[in-house]
Amino acid sequence: MREMSNPFAPTAYERRKARTARVMEYVFLAMGIALIIPMLLIIGVIVVKGWPALSWEYLTANPMRGGAVGGIWGPLIGTFYLTVLCLLIVAPVGILAGIYLNEYAPDNRLTRAIMIAVTSLAGVPSIVHALFGLGAFVAAMHLNKSLLVAAATLAVMTLPVMITSTREALAAVPRNFREACWNLGATRWQTIRTIVLPNSISGILTGVILVVARAAGETAPIMLTGAVASMWVEDEGWAKFTPYRLDEQFMAMAMHLNSIARDVPGMPESMKFGSALVLLLLILTINSAAVALRLYLRRRKRW
Amino acid sequence: MNSSISIDVRDFNLWYGDFQALHHVSVEIKPGIITSLIGPSGCGKTTLLRSFNRINERYGNVRTTGRITILGKNILDEDVSVASLRKRTGMVFQRPNPLPISVYENVIFGIKSHTPSSQLGRRVLDEAVETALREVSLWEDVKDRLKSRATELTLEQQQKLCIARLLPLKPDIILMDEPCSALDAAGIERIEELIGELKRTFTIVMVTHNMAQARRASDECIFMLMGEIIEHSATVELFGSPKHEKTGMYIEGRYG
Repeated sequence: MREMSNPFAPTAYERRKARTARVMEYVFLAMGIALIIPMLLIIGVIVVKGWPALSWEYLTANPMRGGAVGGIWGPLIGTFYLTVLCLLIVAPVGILAGIYLNEYAPDNRLTRAIMIAVTSLAGVPSIVHALFGLGAFVAAMHLNKSLLVAAATLAVMTLPVMITSTREALAAVPRNFREACWNLGATRWQTIRTIVLPNSISGILTGVILVVARAAGETAPIMLTGAVASMWVEDEGWAKFTPYRLDEQFMAMAMHLNSIARDVPGMPESMKFGSALVLLLLILTINSAAVALRLYLRRRKRW
Repeated sequence: MNSSISIDVRDFNLWYGDFQALHHVSVEIKPGIITSLIGPSGCGKTTLLRSFNRINERYGNVRTTGRITILGKNILDEDVSVASLRKRTGMVFQRPNPLPISVYENVIFGIKSHTPSSQLGRRVLDEAVETALREVSLWEDVKDRLKSRATELTLEQQQKLCIARLLPLKPDIILMDEPCSALDAAGIERIEELIGELKRTFTIVMVTHNMAQARRASDECIFMLMGEIIEHSATVELFGSPKHEKTGMYIEGRYG
């Protein structure tokens, strides 16, 4: 058969459009790269400069002489307790509030006002939350500046994130699943427990990840409500793992880093970057654990 | 070029990843008639239909071998522009999918993406919109609300609009994937009537699950099973005296 002319040859206009499309693709790619480069630079600098400081000794010894000598054990375990406490407060309140707002609350003005308030609260700077914590828990309720007050302040700060991400995760579960449940005689709560929650758990966990990362990294709220730059802590035996009381002040990584980077003269550079690197690795570890869990949970979800 | 064949499929295979959805499909589809693709769910009829305008290949894991010749050209060749191909092979989907813009903008969306805007005057566009909407007998219904959102129309009107927006591109072939399944009985009747009128100008290939519709509305039928073509003949013959035992079982509703 004779070679036919091509009825589907690209026209001149199509070739021009294809060129534009290619240019746009490169623009988007460049933006993507521009986003990644600063992040890689920051991580690179911290890893290169902080790596020499890392050792078992550095992780497990308590800081001495304002952090110039010794390690970071006290602040590290302080951040751990702070984050866990914060999660213990914010996760139940935030998740339950999210469930209420998405599943039970009638769509009226009050609900919408609450949602707007929640969204706006998420945008409030952390120093404002810090002052709120100081005013509400310390000045008004006469509590000590302490681990518990700092955790509560962080919980107040992260509550909007928890509520919003829970609500979005629940809203992503298709409506017809709910209708099928109701139709079979299930109550609202049965529907939520057996169908809605299992299918939105990965989204809720995303909220938890965000909360943990923020709670571990924030300085301002804890600086005003209970964290101190340095203090003496028990260094012997099992007491090493429980150095703080709920109603007393404590050390935390973010606060520690803030003070050794700024306030202590003659601080070796590797100590600063070492602390930064540990804080980074801590958050990275929590996040990847949560991501792994989320991927596992999502694999079971198919619709 | 053989003008008695509109779509000429030769030994066509298609894989989704490791799964082979179409096995050595060879078939000739004639112009100026309606051809129905029938068969149980998962038999490959929609995949075959979607191969005719290469809309499957957006999904990364699709691989094909063989030839599909339209207008004398193998559309799987390197030098085929999919934009030009899709201009000539319009598609109507199962659920009406008008774009969330005005009725007017929906109809001219195709011309606008194929023509530099300098060549499109108000007059040309107005005329194209009226012609297209008249052809699907939607003009009288919507002429006073061309500026309102297309998604506000009834489902039947939306589906007519989805057909109308193909027409300004002057396609040769219109592919329809269960075009009536979202409509009520009256809507189905009117869309079928419309398809019957369109076949004078276009080659129409239609996937349908509805045996009665295939029997009513199409001139030829292709029965598929497990990614293979079992039987292709005139509708009257296929329903009256099926050559293949499985065709008979399927049209009698014994499986599928």
